[in-house]
Amino acid sequence: MTTPLLVALLAGAIVSGTPLLYATLGETLVERAGIVNLGLEGVLLVGASVGFAVTAASGSAWLGLGGAALAGVVVNLLFGWLVVARKANQLASGLTMMFFGFGASALIGARYVGAVIGGLPKWRPSWLADLAWVKATTLFDYDVLVWLAVPVALAVWWTLFRTRWGLGVRAVGENPAAAYASGRDPAVLQYQVLALGGLLGGLAGAELSLSIAMAWSEYMTAGRGFIAIALVIFSKWNPLRAIAGALLFGGAEALELQLEARGSLISPFLLQMSPYLLTILVLLAWGGARRLAAPASLGRTFYGSS
Amino acid sequence: MPERAQAVARFGAVSVLALAVFAAVLLAAGKNPLQAYADTFRHALASAYGFSELLVRMTPLLLAAVAVALPSRLGLINVGGEGQLYMGAFAAAAAALCLPGAPAWILLPFALLMGFLGGALWAAIPGLLRAAGLVNETVTTLLLNYVAPLIVGYFVFGPWRTAENSAYPQTAPFPQAALLPTFFGTRVHAGLLIALAALAVYWLVMEKTRWGLDMRAIGGNAEAAQRLGIPVRWWIVAALAIGGGFAGLAGMGEAMGIAGRLRQSLSPGYGFTGFLIAWLAGGRPLVILFMAFLFAIITSAGDTLQISQGLPYAVVNILLATILFVVLARRAR
Amino acid sequence: MEASTVCVEMRGVSKRYGAVQANDCIDFRLVAGEVHALLGENGAGKTTLSKILYGFARPDAGEILLDGKPVELRSPRDARAHRIGMVFQSFMLIRALSVLENIELFLADLPAVPRQNEIADRIRAFGERFGLAVDPDAAVAQLPVGDQQKVELLKLLLADARILIFDEPTRVLAPHEVEGLFRVFAALKTEGYAILFITHKLREVLRCADRITVMRKGRITGSLAAREATLERLVAMMFGEAVHAAAGETAAAPRAADSPPIVELRRATSRPSGSEIALKDLDLSVGAGEIVGVAGVSGSGQKELGDLVLGLRPLAAGMKRFRGADASSWSIARLRESGLACIPEEPLAMAAVPGLSVRENLALGTGRRYHKGASLDWPRLEAAMARSFEALAFPLPPLAPPIATLSGGNLQRTVIAREMAHDPKLILALYPTRGLDVRSAASLRELLRRSRAGGSGVLLISEDLEELAEMADRLLVLFQGAVVGEFGRGAWTAEEVGLLMTGAKEPPRA
Repeated sequence: MTTPLLVALLAGAIVSGTPLLYATLGETLVERAGIVNLGLEGVLLVGASVGFAVTAASGSAWLGLGGAALAGVVVNLLFGWLVVARKANQLASGLTMMFFGFGASALIGARYVGAVIGGLPKWRPSWLADLAWVKATTLFDYDVLVWLAVPVALAVWWTLFRTRWGLGVRAVGENPAAAYASGRDPAVLQYQVLALGGLLGGLAGAELSLSIAMAWSEYMTAGRGFIAIALVIFSKWNPLRAIAGALLFGGAEALELQLEARGSLISPFLLQMSPYLLTILVLLAWGGARRLAAPASLGRTFYGSS
Repeated sequence: MPERAQAVARFGAVSVLALAVFAAVLLAAGKNPLQAYADTFRHALASAYGFSELLVRMTPLLLAAVAVALPSRLGLINVGGEGQLYMGAFAAAAAALCLPGAPAWILLPFALLMGFLGGALWAAIPGLLRAAGLVNETVTTLLLNYVAPLIVGYFVFGPWRTAENSAYPQTAPFPQAALLPTFFGTRVHAGLLIALAALAVYWLVMEKTRWGLDMRAIGGNAEAAQRLGIPVRWWIVAALAIGGGFAGLAGMGEAMGIAGRLRQSLSPGYGFTGFLIAWLAGGRPLVILFMAFLFAIITSAGDTLQISQGLPYAVVNILLATILFVVLARRAR
Repeated sequence: MEASTVCVEMRGVSKRYGAVQANDCIDFRLVAGEVHALLGENGAGKTTLSKILYGFARPDAGEILLDGKPVELRSPRDARAHRIGMVFQSFMLIRALSVLENIELFLADLPAVPRQNEIADRIRAFGERFGLAVDPDAAVAQLPVGDQQKVELLKLLLADARILIFDEPTRVLAPHEVEGLFRVFAALKTEGYAILFITHKLREVLRCADRITVMRKGRITGSLAAREATLERLVAMMFGEAVHAAAGETAAAPRAADSPPIVELRRATSRPSGSEIALKDLDLSVGAGEIVGVAGVSGSGQKELGDLVLGLRPLAAGMKRFRGADASSWSIARLRESGLACIPEEPLAMAAVPGLSVRENLALGTGRRYHKGASLDWPRLEAAMARSFEALAFPLPPLAPPIATLSGGNLQRTVIAREMAHDPKLILALYPTRGLDVRSAASLRELLRRSRAGGSGVLLISEDLEELAEMADRLLVLFQGAVVGEFGRGAWTAEEVGLLMTGAKEPPRA
């Protein structure tokens, strides 16, 4: 009797978790290089609104996807200019970009509220679709972003931990002086990572507006940017763990929807709180060992010495 | 004072630049920026009601800014004003809802106290964690921001939901005795006086008392302060709690002075705006007052944009962001 | 490589930092295939010399020749290009990364997708060859300090350095790790590397060096082959012959024999944290009208001792008494209120708050003495402070400006005046004359003697044996967190104490 619920949960978790995963991967890269971006919510919103607007205007979801990715890059590079070139306070700059995202997305999306779009096409491999138990569910019937989510996470992991570039990025986030002493330019690496992070954040927003909701409304990301920031901590800045974490946090969202649909008495609010509470608990559990988990030079003021 | 004049001139240049950029944005959106600015001015500053609305908006901003400014003098970063605001509103609402028959002279002070305590306790949690050396307060205050509105939401959707047939989830209206008195038929409520008093208290304590001296010593050189006998860890908790209490009062004010009920949508980001105000002002009280006023004008411009220009209110955030962007960009080391 | 090639020659190198001549016309030679020890006390100038060789500092005068050719070392990059490598006291390692990654980071010819296994093999090969076996996959943070040092060295070796400078490498090592390091030196020198070993530890130098150069106060006081060196000769070169243990005024206040000591530590033990030394079973007491001096090389536990007495650091075991009462768990504020004053080694960093005014700084640490409601009784405070300045014959600085505007000397005088304002019973003086010019140092010593005459106790922690000879009624020698010697006034020689300080002599079994 519970199998259909579990299956529905799993399917829901995968879909809900996808934008979280992309956003988390982008933020993980950026934080690995020592920068906290509190404005991630703004990046997601801009990505969602630009993606939707371009799709509605052009009729092509693929163009919308490209537009969203590009918009994310632009927002993150603006942020990067503040914190890297002008050495501005990272927290204040992040919040500034968050407000910018609120406003810019509202402006861009204003004309398209209520528009109907085709959305990203979903695809299910035929050999899976033929299975009876699969056919009844929404499992494995995903758009390209969902299919690519885990491969992208693997790619991010491989890049961070198996390439020379990734080594340099991690060195910058741990000890910029050492990175500089080894002949690297921390600023260049930080810009590169911010661009990549912006691209992933834009894609996360696009998943929301072009696939999950297939609509645009103001503030539609509903705090997912901050959930992603929590998720980065929760997954200890590791892209592989982020997969599990996104599934978990996405699962909470899916569970909430399922319970509401079944008229359950368990409050959705408790479930919505769970990502944040879990992250705080995890931070407490690390205790003093957390110093080894976060990139040592993260935010300078953010995770500075206690 | 040439230095102060310089700072004012610099800020003036910043504002002009930001207004120009925003004007460009409006133009690109097909709107008339000059019209928009003129309408804003006329509505916000040239009409009595418009001006009163500015004061209404300033009230929570002042309190949220003090909530950040006070701990910042010790070197603590409080990004949790939003959550502390909601917990203050929640606690005050609890007070009002559980003493429905009480007269105003009992109910109001009690609600004020609960509002302060709600925010204070919410901020004390990160304070204790930081004092114990476990977690940096920036992270915990940030994360708790999102838990607080959910707690409010739970009660507003559930046990405290109004019996009225309303599509909008909210509590029943508070008893009249719990509402803050308003002035001259406007929406300006006694919370403004509380906010101004809070600002004054903040300045007084910091500059004139021995407690303020201890706090500033910690902010200046925590190691020396500790070696000279100042109980640093105790002050960490106390400063965050007091800051949170002020944010809680902001929440109490919004619930008891404006909304008249508890809702999940009490705050459009006052906590974050307060952080930015405090940060821009460098913790200085008069500048906080000025900045709060400025931000209130900006948000009122948002209303004008919506009403007269047909743009969503949220677009005003671009102007806000532009000003901040320019200020941040100019503060190069 | 032949063993007798002169790789590095420094001629007439001089360097001045402000009032201090850190290096004074140094002539120095480093030969390939040899371990050359540079020996000297703190402040002798060894670190400055090594910094010059590594390109961190430019000499004011003199020249450096590598393989007979003059070179200019403008930065560490130049030094590395000339195959000079330095293992620092504080490692330039990224703790969260693995050994392999740390070494990879500094390899100049690393491919875009590094062949991890290949590099790991190279690391292991070097490790085997020189006794530097480390697991390439281990996280640096997990490694004991000795192994971390090996990683630093492997970084240099894999980057093709051939002149290796080690700055106080044994300071952080356990005894068996020190043996391992010396075996590494032996392996390296047979392969023709040139090793410069900077240290203050006599016993080690005699064990591993081929050549020993001794520095004192910026000059070279001697250079000899190891086989010609003896403990006594080295100590004489390090500490100087002219220390008169009984110099200075001996006027000690008459001590009431049965009055309790002002501060007493019995079997005090502290918990070690990080790389700090733990105090072990320490017994110490300072009586009224007595100056107790504490000698020791840096890192012997002085900081921990000072923090323990101050109340900043808790006792893990043992007992502390202050003026007869059990003060083991007293707060700093309570100790200060009971008459503890502290003159710290870095007044600006440790006893003053930069953003506050002079007046406000004077109010800090005065406890409840001037509390007046919510504020302070400023007039009374200022009057008391003015009296203190006058009693000390210090000029009273303007009180309104921020304290950071004061000169270093004035800042220290302000801190001292504040500390002395309430007739302290115990003065904790931590390297109080460090960085002071001769006249200020002398007047500070006079001040401490006057306090003693007034019945206060003084715990004087210093690195200057001459100062201790002049001041201390009793002298304790600290080594690796324990007291290894105690002497009355005039009952010790610099040689004896020097040997105890550097662990060269076993403490006499009492």
